[in-house]
Amino acid sequence: MAASSDNATDKGGFRVWLNKRLPVDEFVASQLTGYLAPKNFNIWYFFGSLALLVFVIQILSGIFLTMHYKPSELMAFDSVEYIMREVEWGWLIRYMHSTGASFFFIMVYLHMFRAMIYGSYRAPRELLWILGMLLYLALMAEAFMGYVLPWGNMSYWGAQVIVNLFGTIPVVGPAIVEWIRGDYGIADSTLNRFFALHVIAVPFAIAFLILMHLVALRQTGSNNPDGIEIKAKLGPDGKPIDGIPFHPYYTIKDLVGVGVFLIFFCGVMFFVPTFGGLFLEKPNFEAANALSTPEHIAPVWYFTAFYAMLRAVPDQQMGALLMLLAIVVLFFLPWLDRSPVKSIRYKGILSKIALTLFVIAFIALSYLGLAPASDLYVILARVFTAIYFAFFILMPWYTRIEKTKPAPERVTYHG
Amino acid sequence: MAKAMRHFIFTAAVALTLALGSSAEAASGPGGAWTQWTAGNDVSNIASLQRGAANFMGHCAGCHSVKYLRYSRMSADLKIPDEQLESKLLLPGSKRNDYITTALAPADGEAWFGKAPPDLSLITRAKGTDYVYQFLKTFYADPKSANGTNNLALPGTAMPHVLSSLQGVQAAKFSEGEHPHWESFELLEPGQLSPEAYDGFVRDTVNFLDYAGEPVKAQRQSLGIWVILFLLVFTGFAYLLKKEYWKDVK
Repeated sequence: MAASSDNATDKGGFRVWLNKRLPVDEFVASQLTGYLAPKNFNIWYFFGSLALLVFVIQILSGIFLTMHYKPSELMAFDSVEYIMREVEWGWLIRYMHSTGASFFFIMVYLHMFRAMIYGSYRAPRELLWILGMLLYLALMAEAFMGYVLPWGNMSYWGAQVIVNLFGTIPVVGPAIVEWIRGDYGIADSTLNRFFALHVIAVPFAIAFLILMHLVALRQTGSNNPDGIEIKAKLGPDGKPIDGIPFHPYYTIKDLVGVGVFLIFFCGVMFFVPTFGGLFLEKPNFEAANALSTPEHIAPVWYFTAFYAMLRAVPDQQMGALLMLLAIVVLFFLPWLDRSPVKSIRYKGILSKIALTLFVIAFIALSYLGLAPASDLYVILARVFTAIYFAFFILMPWYTRIEKTKPAPERVTYHG
Repeated sequence: MAKAMRHFIFTAAVALTLALGSSAEAASGPGGAWTQWTAGNDVSNIASLQRGAANFMGHCAGCHSVKYLRYSRMSADLKIPDEQLESKLLLPGSKRNDYITTALAPADGEAWFGKAPPDLSLITRAKGTDYVYQFLKTFYADPKSANGTNNLALPGTAMPHVLSSLQGVQAAKFSEGEHPHWESFELLEPGQLSPEAYDGFVRDTVNFLDYAGEPVKAQRQSLGIWVILFLLVFTGFAYLLKKEYWKDVK
């Protein structure tokens, strides 16, 4: 009985057998141990891997929620309380998912801010940034539809307001709204299709976009706090001098980030899961009721900046358009920034002021979107909306005229 | 930790509100010191929860259900012996594994009070414990109202003051002017309980409703402490491992 050459158990065991059929070692070597990342990553570089961690948390907790949740107008609210009270550890699974939703946005916002301060969106990483923006859009859709599922009163009225925004599209608007809802109002059919989209369609899109985001990152290599290319300085071995293998260096560093992250995450999940009504809102502990509107309708905190812009404009159609533009303009960031340097460390004073004002405007708008739309608040919302857009519109100008510092040749540890 | 975080959020919210000017006046009834009253209940206090359960079954369950809570869950969590549950707490016709429903049919409730009494499973989560505490303490005699009483926390409430035999009947004094503020209560007829004892009665009842809103609350917090302690140790070791691996990266 002659053993064929494929039968490798006598020539190196299972690992050789496996690698002949599936390139495990090759993948690890090219993507982890052989992927060289700049050695000067600082705290801002934790949030990408942490966003991925939250995605995994959401998928896992979501699978168990779908085992007990009932996507029907009559049973949805009761089934969530059933999960909270009668499913073994159901309360933990549910709080994990609701806390995860807010933490997903916290991680993504910090991750995006990192890209903004260190110019990670600049060439050659424009597509990496755009893939990230598409992820952000998909995440918004995912969060919105997930928010409707518990069928609380704020879910219901929030869905009413958001879906009606599509009605401001000229000519076809009203038909589109009806098509989205599948009924003349937010109803059972709406809940059912949002469930389908929330658990299958959008998570698939997000997983695919994450993969593309990582593939694009491997192609260009990571940016770093100095905003210079480590590939420009190669050692005698032809590898970047300032690069270190992603594994084990950054996998182990990220493990520390995971630990710190989980302390915050579990702190919220076990002690303040509603986070004072910000993560789980009080009106959502009442079942959806078409006859009783909550006192103030507001989306969850991660959408309120855009909601404040919507309310800052007297005309709803223009408001909806402005909201859309506020997100679309982010896609153009790689081409709006004309600075000779990427990192904020070497940019001039104008860029620093502009970015500071932008952050203040975004936080202020987020607060205003939660508050009732009184006169003073509307005026403030207009001021901050103007600052938000000025940051982008004036960027080609202020990044070009300001005096920048020369970027260093090699990466540094302290800016 | 929960308290510290809540305090932090509250402070941040107050600071923001002050920075941005006064917000719109709340749409509800007359303001005054009563809006600052806090329930101060504690869901890990089993004795208080047991008293609250007895209060609820004796004075509230005739009209209000707690439809997401089973008798059996309540007796297990609140360490109520089976004989006591059967003899004192079970409503007629209910079995121990039943949900706590009420004998009052919604249609009857609507006919008698103008509005069916709501289920109270999630009242503390939807409105807050302080709200329920304030509601139960601020009934006052009001000749203009259909049932002779009104309430500061929920003006024009359809609910009569069913606890007046305990609290007594009180009159409210308001300030003059366009926006009258509540100033004080004056006891017209004393009830069976002293003001302090009624306070305790309300606090226990609110505590029970807080428990009913999230039966796992006390367990969640005590488990959370162990989880956080584990994570602190884990992060400490992860940090040491990171230092070891990174010591030659210059």
